[in-house]
Amino acid sequence: MDRRRFVTISAASLSGALLAACNANPEKASKLLALAEHGNESIERGLFRHTAMDSVPSAAALAGKDFPKYFISDRVPVWDPAVRGVWRLEVSGAVRTPLSLTLEQLAALPRVAQKVDHFCVEGWNARAEWTGVRVSELARLAGATADAHYVDFAGFDNDYHESWDMESAMHPQTLVAYGMDGRMLGPGHGAPARVHSPIKLGYKNTKYLTRMVFMPSRNGGYWSDQGYEWYGGT
Amino acid sequence: MADLVRRNHWVVRVTHWVNVVAIIVMAGSGMRIFNAHPAFARPGERFPLNPWEGHAIPKWLTFGAWLGGARHWHFAMMWILVLNGLAYLVFLFLHGEWRDVVPRKGDARDAIEMLRFYLFLRRDHPIQGKHNALQKSAYFAMPVLGVIIVLSGLAIWKPVTLGFITVLFVNYKWARVVHFVAMVLLIVLALIHVFMVFAVDPYALRSIITGWYNRANSPEARNARPFYHLVAPRRSSAESETDA
Repeated sequence: MDRRRFVTISAASLSGALLAACNANPEKASKLLALAEHGNESIERGLFRHTAMDSVPSAAALAGKDFPKYFISDRVPVWDPAVRGVWRLEVSGAVRTPLSLTLEQLAALPRVAQKVDHFCVEGWNARAEWTGVRVSELARLAGATADAHYVDFAGFDNDYHESWDMESAMHPQTLVAYGMDGRMLGPGHGAPARVHSPIKLGYKNTKYLTRMVFMPSRNGGYWSDQGYEWYGGT
Repeated sequence: MADLVRRNHWVVRVTHWVNVVAIIVMAGSGMRIFNAHPAFARPGERFPLNPWEGHAIPKWLTFGAWLGGARHWHFAMMWILVLNGLAYLVFLFLHGEWRDVVPRKGDARDAIEMLRFYLFLRRDHPIQGKHNALQKSAYFAMPVLGVIIVLSGLAIWKPVTLGFITVLFVNYKWARVVHFVAMVLLIVLALIHVFMVFAVDPYALRSIITGWYNRANSPEARNARPFYHLVAPRRSSAESETDA
């Protein structure tokens, strides 16, 4: 077999293998895809910088009432103090001083207001002005330890949660937000408080937040466990 | 009579066929991703430039089955597309074959002559080298579109981390528009390319598989328009035709 013939046959078998991989052997294809996702995550984490920020022109229109509302429960989750007691945000795990903050205590912490994009995995983006506390500020207050490599954000919308890499959680635009467009957060958008950051896709931004757990290893998430990328970074 | 030449180097042939697979998977999975929200307007806004705003692409044209699956395929195959495209461009540069596709003075005039020939406004096939002027413009436009697609793709994949690329396209929304429109243009050129191979120069298939091309069967030798003179003439009749 000469070189030309060899190359032609190799090219044909490569194409064939690629197509066969997705049709006849989805098991093998999904292994290759998982490998690619793993590689992409390393590249994305390598490119990640706290100085790379989302910026929205100050004159840009906000989505306002058209900002899509979304939750996984059958009905919009509402925190009922008569049933569940006073809402609190628990900050725990790999920290020196676990925190348990009421909404008033949270609102008394250094406040950030930012007009940013919200990038949905479906492809749309929407603008809003979010008010809240930086996750990095909460990590500092709780004294996150050196083995805090991941953070899990969990809420009371059924068992919704998503875990994040520490670098993304510590990005200055990653907030625990309790205000939206100058008002207190509404029940359709995750009241009383939610995670919001332009640096992760929408599904990573846990709404109806109740727990922030710093962890040495990741523990997946609601959509990540169903096959969407765990990293979900923008 | 055979007038055999080695037309396509093995690098060109391998990258061509890898590209076929990569582009089909990328376009199919891209359209499946698009179908998750088949519109360009932000919530609450309108996008009158797209007459099909809100209408999904037919499912049979898509690849990847569901949004998450299509995203996995898209973000895996993109590396094959990019590395393959780079291999082709580096080869083209090092091997001097960029001269076969980069436009030069006179190409516009030659392209008009080719169009006149195809429209029966001119009897004889214009004299050409490896490619005619219309082919050249298409083979130049395709990698240019490829570069636009890759850049706008990076712009919507990482609109914050690679925000300096996103601003080249104004913002995320417009980068998405550019990514989609450039894809449609590339697919249209690819379909025209495949049509012309079968309608004008099916003998070129051999040259993109084995590399060999018989110049005695070239469209110029056959005076071939789409579906005209598809069968190569015998040498004697070819001569009598040029004499006439």
